[in-house]
Amino acid sequence: MNKADYKDVYVFVEQRDGQIQSVALELLGKARVLADSLGEKVVAFYPGYKNTESAKELIAWGADKVIVMDAPELKDYLTEQYSQAISQAIDKYKPSIVLLGATTIGRDLGPRLASIVETGLTADCTSLDISEERELMMTRPAFGGNLMATIMCTDHRPQMSTVRPGVMQKGVKDDSRKGEIENFAPTFDSSKFKVKLIKSVKENRGKIDITEAKVLVSGGRGVGNKEGFEKLNSLAKVIGAQVSSSRAMVDAGVMPHEVQVGQTGKTVRPFLYLACGISGAIQHLAGMEESDFIIAINKDKFAPIFGVADVGIVGDVHKIVPLLTEKLSKMVEKK
Amino acid sequence: MNIIVCVKQVPDTTVVKIDPVKNTLIREGVPSIMNPDDKGGLELALQLKEKCGANVTVITMGPPQADLVLREAFAMGADRAILLTDRAFAGADTLATSNALAGALKVLDYDLVITGRQAIDGDTAQVGPEMAQHLGLPQVSYVVDCQYNDANKFTVKKETEDGYEILEVEGPALFTVLASGYKARYMNVGLIVEAFNKEVEIWPASKLDIDPNKLGLKGSPTKVKKAFTKATKAAGQVYELDPEQAVDVIISKLQEKFII
Repeated sequence: MNKADYKDVYVFVEQRDGQIQSVALELLGKARVLADSLGEKVVAFYPGYKNTESAKELIAWGADKVIVMDAPELKDYLTEQYSQAISQAIDKYKPSIVLLGATTIGRDLGPRLASIVETGLTADCTSLDISEERELMMTRPAFGGNLMATIMCTDHRPQMSTVRPGVMQKGVKDDSRKGEIENFAPTFDSSKFKVKLIKSVKENRGKIDITEAKVLVSGGRGVGNKEGFEKLNSLAKVIGAQVSSSRAMVDAGVMPHEVQVGQTGKTVRPFLYLACGISGAIQHLAGMEESDFIIAINKDKFAPIFGVADVGIVGDVHKIVPLLTEKLSKMVEKK
Repeated sequence: MNIIVCVKQVPDTTVVKIDPVKNTLIREGVPSIMNPDDKGGLELALQLKEKCGANVTVITMGPPQADLVLREAFAMGADRAILLTDRAFAGADTLATSNALAGALKVLDYDLVITGRQAIDGDTAQVGPEMAQHLGLPQVSYVVDCQYNDANKFTVKKETEDGYEILEVEGPALFTVLASGYKARYMNVGLIVEAFNKEVEIWPASKLDIDPNKLGLKGSPTKVKKAFTKATKAAGQVYELDPEQAVDVIISKLQEKFII
């Protein structure tokens, strides 16, 4: 392997049912920053079926070039089909960096690719930078979020990492951006297709995506139960927020897993995160501390959540939240 | 059916603490446990053994004391245990670890390989799929249910972000399992005694079918450049007021930030 043969920052663009996933746009945003500091290009690997038409979207979001792999084998994600396609593309295009979303797809595909091309892969990165030696520095939480580690892959190419959804910021969409679209047809070895997708079921429990919310009202152990969360719901309604939860309330069966914030839940970065009755275990902080503005209400003045809050209120959420709801709804009425 | 389950001994990260002065991980007094997803995987293997008859082998890579998780596996009902231990494995990243495990599997017989989805100390979820590739096996990750059908076929349920998938897999295959899908059984009292009399096979690197250059630090493309505790941002202001005043503080801050 000659390092000099490898260049440009590549993004694996994930689509589901033909929809480009938000995490792919976040990766393009980050790839743009990395590529600009290297003086290189942003290239998208875009596998799917009948997806050539939508490739220009990716240029608007920051790609200089899109490699479209348009084949019936790539309609739905399947490990073997996708591994064959993307590994052949890596062999042909020789990327210096490959980024994938740390989703159930990216975390299944990434290690398979790393194994085929024999390179390193760093999982679930929360920050990516370029070193003075022009190497990728990949930073991720370890030990359940207790420690951060910066990892490098200096002797192998490509440098690969999966990135948690919701961590990187999308660029600004510009429909007038110009870029190149190229088709790449992988050669499939169907004798290795041993997995068949029988059905794919979406459990649309209200289809809440807390990672897209601008304002989150989040509840923890101090909120206690469903009645407690009703108070948060009322407040959320008044200020147009969504309600999220700490792990404790998910484990207790009060809230569903898809609204869980934290290391084993989702990473969020809303404009406002209002933490109600959340003590702030390190695993929870890992999922929300990048929020623009954090207000925390907690009975215990030594709660770690106050360490990351911009405004901390020592008090009882069961008293403060209803009062806040009342005052705010009066203000809203006046307008 | 021959089933191989890969397990890892991990520190219980829910009790890991940071030394506030030195900013390092305090490892003393932290209990070592069998990684929860791996334990779920072992449970799946034992259920398949009960339903269709199987020989369950557990394998781990680690220091000599990792022998303990293998004894626990015996006490749950595993038939055979192998500990890969050798200085040559030290400093392995996920790729080098997957090479060692795959190297061991190449000299064993199997119809199904099971790993946990991810270990709680690293959370990478990479070793299983990397191994599957080395062994040329189909893989399904995030498995929460697995049924064995006739003719070497499995029907598995894979958890996704917004629901699940049902997949049909032709074996031999590798599945990575979620603890939430398989609640592990307790150790059997009778088996616990037996577990300490059973033999844990110790395998050095020389016993594996793998190029030694692909093991340990030498075989690891990724290197940890630094580890640190997060820089805590400057804490904001904390108010101890009665509820009425507290609400006023919140509202004025929200206005200041143009949120309302």
